[in-house]
Amino acid sequence: MSRADWPLWEVFLRGKRGLNHVHVGSLHAADAQMALHHARDLYTRRNEGVSIWVVRSSDITASSPDEKDPFFAPSGDKVYRHPTFYPIPDDVPHM
Amino acid sequence: MTTTDPGPAGLAAHFDDTIASDRRIEPRDWMPDGYRASMIRQIAQHAHSEIIGMQPEGNWITRAPSLRRKAILLAKVQDEAGHGMYLYSAAETLGTDRAELTSKLVTARQKYSSIFNYPTLSYADVGVIGWLVDGAAICNQVPLCRSSYGPYARAMIRICKEESFHQRQGYELLMTMMRGSAAQREMVQDATNRFWWPSLMMFGPPDAASPNTAQSMTWGIKRHTNDELRQRFVDMTVPQADKLGVTLPDPRLRWNGARGHYDFGPIDWDEFAAVVRGDGACNAQRLARRRQAHEDGAWVREAAVAHAAKAATRAGVA
Repeated sequence: MSRADWPLWEVFLRGKRGLNHVHVGSLHAADAQMALHHARDLYTRRNEGVSIWVVRSSDITASSPDEKDPFFAPSGDKVYRHPTFYPIPDDVPHM
Repeated sequence: MTTTDPGPAGLAAHFDDTIASDRRIEPRDWMPDGYRASMIRQIAQHAHSEIIGMQPEGNWITRAPSLRRKAILLAKVQDEAGHGMYLYSAAETLGTDRAELTSKLVTARQKYSSIFNYPTLSYADVGVIGWLVDGAAICNQVPLCRSSYGPYARAMIRICKEESFHQRQGYELLMTMMRGSAAQREMVQDATNRFWWPSLMMFGPPDAASPNTAQSMTWGIKRHTNDELRQRFVDMTVPQADKLGVTLPDPRLRWNGARGHYDFGPIDWDEFAAVVRGDGACNAQRLARRRQAHEDGAWVREAAVAHAAKAATRAGVA
């Protein structure tokens, strides 16, 4: 096998104007320009995107995988951040 | 602070709970070693099938009967490459890497679908592969859009959308040939005769001889058994064959009103075993060609890395 293995890149697509870029998968490429070209060929063969981001996978810092991780605990006990926390009589208009 | 380490039992319970409530497992979640190994094997085999699957039809690109058919076939083969890439990408989230997967394919340590070890002898084969082989693949793949492993399920959703074009272009090609000369109709019937039984084998061994099915169903790796999917495919395909005007090569094929399904004749599992073992018509040729393509591409991969390193040095970020 060759030693020249290309690094892994994560691909993000903007489906159309007005939407966020969304992660769609990954690919291998030698550099950023090639990653963009490969992403176009691989993930937009049927007009799935109007804009592409590519990021080296090794440059991504991720939170711990488990959703129940205490990392997310600070938002778990703050129900007062939600509008439904506040009872308002039904006959108050436009609320 | 509460304790943050749930311990091995806690991790397993969380995994089981995620599966039981039909939520998805994501790449960095804890998962049993057996689940990870099964998932890698299944996704890799699927990816390799897409890549090897470019060859039988690729044979006909330079001999397509019209520019229209050539453009369609090119797009289809390019899609197969794309599907292979989506799937390799999903497999890599499980901790294997592309070079390792490619190495295992070209050294025959991982398998691909046995269907691609059959030769394509006429242009009608392009149509029949789209109709029957891609039709069977769709039957297999639609339930995999609900695979318990998130990246695989997401890749399958994209693949299934594109497979629909593959099947329809094949059926349309066959309809066109059936409106042609007697010789063209004969080509379609001949291709159907050769690909019908291998297509039924694509669903894998019968349930009684598929020991991993129970565990795979429990883990949400498989959603239906091999025999269930095979029956579904037969039921879908018989009316399509009638409409096309070809005869499926099975004298025992008939509607069973009591079962609400078509009955069909016995499958030659010895042939299936021989092809899986490596004794099909094209096994050696397919692998040799893939190996050759990989070796021929080595200088391109190396040159691209050298170019990237040089450009990075010039930009002063080396």
